[in-house]
Amino acid sequence: MQAIAVLGSNDTRSGFGAGLLEAGKQDERVVALCADLTGSLKMDAFKKEFPERFFQVGIAEANMMGVAAGLATGGKIPFTGTFANFSTGRVYDQIRQSIAYSGKNVKICASHAGVTLGEDGATHQILEDIGLMKMLPGMVVINPCDFNQTKAATIAIAKHDGPCYLRFGRPKVPIFTAPDQNFEIGKAITIYEGTDVSIFCTGHLVWKSIQAAQALAEKGISVEVINIHTIKPLDEKAVLDSVRKTGCVVSAEEHMYNGGLGDSIAQLLARNLPRPMEFVGVNDTFGESGTPDQLMAKYHLDVVDVIAAAEKVISRK
Amino acid sequence: MPSVSELQNIASQVRRDIVRMVHAVQSGHPGGSLGCADYLTALYFQIMEHHPERFTQEGKNEDVFVLSNGHISPVFYSVLARSGYFDVKELSTFRKLNSRLQGHPTTHEGLPGVRIASGSLGQGLSVAAGMALAKRMNGDKHVVYVNTGDGELQEGQNWEAIMFAGHMGLSNMIVTVDFNLQQIDGNVIDIMSFRELKSKFEAFNWTVLEMNGNDMQDILDTNAKAKEMRSAGKPIVIIMRTEMGHGVDFMMGSHEWHGIAPNDEQLARALNQLPETLGDY
Repeated sequence: MQAIAVLGSNDTRSGFGAGLLEAGKQDERVVALCADLTGSLKMDAFKKEFPERFFQVGIAEANMMGVAAGLATGGKIPFTGTFANFSTGRVYDQIRQSIAYSGKNVKICASHAGVTLGEDGATHQILEDIGLMKMLPGMVVINPCDFNQTKAATIAIAKHDGPCYLRFGRPKVPIFTAPDQNFEIGKAITIYEGTDVSIFCTGHLVWKSIQAAQALAEKGISVEVINIHTIKPLDEKAVLDSVRKTGCVVSAEEHMYNGGLGDSIAQLLARNLPRPMEFVGVNDTFGESGTPDQLMAKYHLDVVDVIAAAEKVISRK
Repeated sequence: MPSVSELQNIASQVRRDIVRMVHAVQSGHPGGSLGCADYLTALYFQIMEHHPERFTQEGKNEDVFVLSNGHISPVFYSVLARSGYFDVKELSTFRKLNSRLQGHPTTHEGLPGVRIASGSLGQGLSVAAGMALAKRMNGDKHVVYVNTGDGELQEGQNWEAIMFAGHMGLSNMIVTVDFNLQQIDGNVIDIMSFRELKSKFEAFNWTVLEMNGNDMQDILDTNAKAKEMRSAGKPIVIIMRTEMGHGVDFMMGSHEWHGIAPNDEQLARALNQLPETLGDY
């Protein structure tokens, strides 16, 4: 099995910051709004480069979503920045009515998603955001896996006409995708081809799944690893083609089972190609304080959990 | 420019449209719609510079309007149709299946004249502030008008938007608060009193005006004054006293007609009080 080169380490939120700056350079319609978390969201570079296109809205996320909808109506491409919890659950109705139902070209950019937010605890660790956002008609939902992919995704959503939810995280994680890659919304990326099991993973679980696949290869198990960076629209063909070949499925994500990537894949397979499936995710519980690594282990989001799920699902074939 | 009496004639037709639309589907919100009929008539037929014949979402180089209290959609749809955004015949589809005239206004079905969905209350001021910000960035000197209910100010997001617009000095934003003091469950002051509005807006760096929203001359005069006061560099709010149900005697002065429709006999009584001036749809 081919090794995946690690190019360095950085947080995905910095990828967002770098992508936002680039998107701002490419299109003067790009504007950014932040609810008192400019540093945490890595929006400083954009603010410095384009002070007249950056709006500090204070700790008022509901208003931020509405102002973004108004700016989009006026021909701008607004990017909102705050933590994932305050980007979704706190402002669900504002997004639903003023952005999604109204068809506004707003980019909701959400950092500190999932348990890897760490010590701040469950009040800030949203694990439901993918579900909340994917239920909205017309909303694109993206969860990139590393710095480079988050940067590329940020640039790509600026060019997409319509509401988008971009989810990323706080901790430094390995960089293993290409710099300056072309990010295609809705197009899954096959990392490893295999024949025994398909692992569909997103966000921080992509690197975990790669490590799991490598460990499983040493046991003689051939694993297909596919990075589903876009949960909606789901690359249905990529999923079905892979499952036809392998005959069983693991989904892996830093999110609840309910509403997550696994749930989207399960629906697709139930309709078209029912096969044994296991889920790596959080099972109907809130998070807690701890280090990101401790929490990923405790909430069964680690390499060993992906390995166990793969072995279990293969045994069910 | 239509005269005051011509505007009053249009408003009479708008009121006929409102009660006929609500009666036809036995649902909708006549009370607030009737109360705001004079203001929205003045806005669409005199105050705003706008281009119904070439509607765009962006509304570049024209004045735009946001209806935050989306439940008074009948008056909104009537003035849009009567001012040329779409055929008045389409008013007969209000709240019916497959209509562009949804119960609450939306962009979703592509109805010309609507730039944002509203209905879930308290969101329009934020959206209007964003539109005003975009206009300022674009060097577009036109105004963003937005109407909100008084009961609607109980929604906290309004106060975020009021703080924001004052902080940003959005002087291209003219807000009317439909000050009829009624909401679904009764009197606004009894249900959740904001006590006094003027000082609150002033504290957030707004210019505050007051007018009688059922007096056409006062509407025109106050709006002319509001435009002049933009030079102060602050957003402007007009506390607009209206009477819920204005123009139909048995609907006036009560919250009872907030969200119920007249029966056949009540419709006839209402129409008797409202001259048909432009022709019913």
